[in-house]
Amino acid sequence: MSATTGRRSAETAPDTGQAGSTGRKPGLGLKTRRRLTTGIKLGLLTLAVIYALFPVVWVISSSVNPTNSIVGQGLIPAGATLENFRSLVGDPANPFPLWMWNSIKISAISSFFVVVACALAAYSFSRFRYRGRRAGLLSVLLVQLFPNLLTIVALYLLLQQIGQVFPSFGLNSHGGLILIYAGGALGIYTWLMKGYFDTIPKELEESAMVDGASRLQSFIYVFLPMVRPILAVVGVLTFIATYADFLLPRVLLTSTDQYTLALGMYQFISEQYTQQWGIFSAAALVGALPIVIVFFALQRQLVGGLTSGGVKG
Amino acid sequence: MGKTLLRLGALMVIDAAALGFAYALYANGTIAFAVVLLAVTALINVIFLSERLAPWRWISPGLALMALLVLYPTAYTVYIGLTNYGDEHLLSRGQAIAQLENEYFTPEEAPTYGWTAYRSPGEDLLLYLESGEAGAFVATEEGTQPAAERLGSEPAGPPEQIDDYARLDQNETVGVLAQLEDFAAPAGETGPQGSEVRVVSFDEAAPQFQRYDYEALTGELTDNEAGTVYEAEDGFFVSEGGERISPGFATVVGAENFTRIFTDPNIRGPFVGVFVWTVVFAAMSVVTTFALGVGLAMLLNDERLPFRGLFRSLTIVPYTIPFFITALVWVGLLNPIYGPINQIIEFFTGLSPQWFSDGTLAKVAILMINLWLGFPYMMIVCLGALQSIPEEVYEAAAIDGANAFHRFFYVTLPLLLVSVGPLLLGVFAFNFNNFGIIELVTQGGPPNPEAGTPAGQTDILISYTYRLAFASGQGTDYGLAAAVSVFIFMLIAVITIFNFRLTRRLEEVS
Repeated sequence: MSATTGRRSAETAPDTGQAGSTGRKPGLGLKTRRRLTTGIKLGLLTLAVIYALFPVVWVISSSVNPTNSIVGQGLIPAGATLENFRSLVGDPANPFPLWMWNSIKISAISSFFVVVACALAAYSFSRFRYRGRRAGLLSVLLVQLFPNLLTIVALYLLLQQIGQVFPSFGLNSHGGLILIYAGGALGIYTWLMKGYFDTIPKELEESAMVDGASRLQSFIYVFLPMVRPILAVVGVLTFIATYADFLLPRVLLTSTDQYTLALGMYQFISEQYTQQWGIFSAAALVGALPIVIVFFALQRQLVGGLTSGGVKG
Repeated sequence: MGKTLLRLGALMVIDAAALGFAYALYANGTIAFAVVLLAVTALINVIFLSERLAPWRWISPGLALMALLVLYPTAYTVYIGLTNYGDEHLLSRGQAIAQLENEYFTPEEAPTYGWTAYRSPGEDLLLYLESGEAGAFVATEEGTQPAAERLGSEPAGPPEQIDDYARLDQNETVGVLAQLEDFAAPAGETGPQGSEVRVVSFDEAAPQFQRYDYEALTGELTDNEAGTVYEAEDGFFVSEGGERISPGFATVVGAENFTRIFTDPNIRGPFVGVFVWTVVFAAMSVVTTFALGVGLAMLLNDERLPFRGLFRSLTIVPYTIPFFITALVWVGLLNPIYGPINQIIEFFTGLSPQWFSDGTLAKVAILMINLWLGFPYMMIVCLGALQSIPEEVYEAAAIDGANAFHRFFYVTLPLLLVSVGPLLLGVFAFNFNNFGIIELVTQGGPPNPEAGTPAGQTDILISYTYRLAFASGQGTDYGLAAAVSVFIFMLIAVITIFNFRLTRRLEEVS
């Protein structure tokens, strides 16, 4: 059913709804009513899809537009070309591939640290009973509520001081950035993992330990393979959040070759907005594609993690 | 047994690394962090050596990272908020004194000299000094002699070689400028008693005295040239007449930054504006995204709907794209001259809204963009919550004669709020600190002409903090920025307490 029909029906819908307080609609059979509501719904949803997708369609269109300028773009460009994608490579002032690599490297290493620290902590919270366990769980959650961007002044000054002694962990270094991301490891994801760990029966590790494995061995060889899905979810969610982070790179990174993709694209477009629109669009597509693919591939698992884990950030 | 040894070995490696790290930091003046690092290391040792604390071993890596990179910076933020650390107060007191003690002055009666530099194979420097009235001298760090005495005869000008010191040409001289800056020779006959000959500029050297003397016992700084005495006050050395010496230094000023927020009209004005807009922005973001999200979720919550999965997937696309990309794309979409949205608006109305140069429109633009970015999350969340509402509730409502309107506002919405209420507060808190959208879309602009601090009209508290600290033409003020951060901390704490209360009450409802 087309969007126009849907909209026309939408106008009549409230009348019928309010008139029949008993829920009966005079003159309409059940089947017709059902079809009408479905039509309205499909029409409205089509509008929503148009709303959700038009910026994306526009970016795709400009990325293959030969003019490269934001000016006078039609939706379907004449003489579509991949020239803009080719320009992404080989511009020394705006090294998109390097920025993307930086982003992927920083995000991957950070999420590795986060997953390791989180899994270890969640295992302790899930498997052992001891004094301070509840307090530990609560404080992990509490600390998470205060995002590290509030301490940005202190982090900046701290990295400045560290950098005077160890430049690879100071300002304008990936090491320092990764360290800060890893510092936020314990948090809501520890809870997410703990919840999952609780569903794994203890007996499997215990039988391995009866067979002579140590606690650590049973953790690595028996337990971890069983919880791989949740490790993947936390890893991917952390990766996506780190990949999209903007504040920390903006404050801490200063030289072009250290930039992340977020920072690089921001600088690129704020300098030459209207002239380089095509190249920017191509970069946007290339930069977004891996994340979009991963998201849809793991949609079911990720959505569960997101809705229990608060907001993407 | 082997395991214990392994553990001890690993601990020793960690300890050695931490000690080295802490010592290097300490030697460089980063004392507090070095101490925290050592404390964390000590704690790790205790945890790994005590059998009773075994469960904490698993948590210790994450905990150590948290202590060093979350808790320490938090405490440090509070401390900075109590200091005047910023543009004119970037040095520590010790550094400021050291820098002042490195200043010199030329007494009025002293002659000045032209100079030529010489260098020995051992990299020592020598100056050949010439002055019309005082004559020529040879100066090394050991002492100064009249040239005739040193060379045996009155020279006609600077010779090629003095002993094993070779004369430097202009390029070579530039190469040793840093070394020349530290060069000081006892003045001897070239100037007053007790002064030292120093290089003053590229063509002048003069006998000089140290300008300032710092007396550690009294904390007084004396200006030897004018005879003035200065005392430390609020991060400056100030004379009795109120005269200040630059550079100042960072010092604890107590609650001054906090009181400035509420009393200094230059700061209070923009701060109130920023605060109000922060709350409005966060609240409106929640309301708009929730309204659209619920609407779409209601539409999709129909298992017989054709293409349901497809619609669901397509509408969450905005959520899957990294937000820095979509935010920048939206800035292009809203470009007042070339952007497609304005072209459409202009086609129908003849008007072209200036999204980013008008304060109100910029706010509208930000909310519109945030709606687009945020509604899919709300939709996903609400869809899950709607599916968990049992069908019987609706049947009961229908028996009671509820129409669609009643069903939504008296059944669906309250039940929905029970399950997604805490998430709504989470979204509120997230947007409260949503630096990214502000910085990517408007950089806080358009500027607020009345603000005495760099606050733009769309700045929220966190981007305002950022601008105070890092990005302003009006100077950096780390102290004030940290104080604003602490203020945000407290606000979030209040929201959190409220959230916990609400969660509990909502749990009681269901």
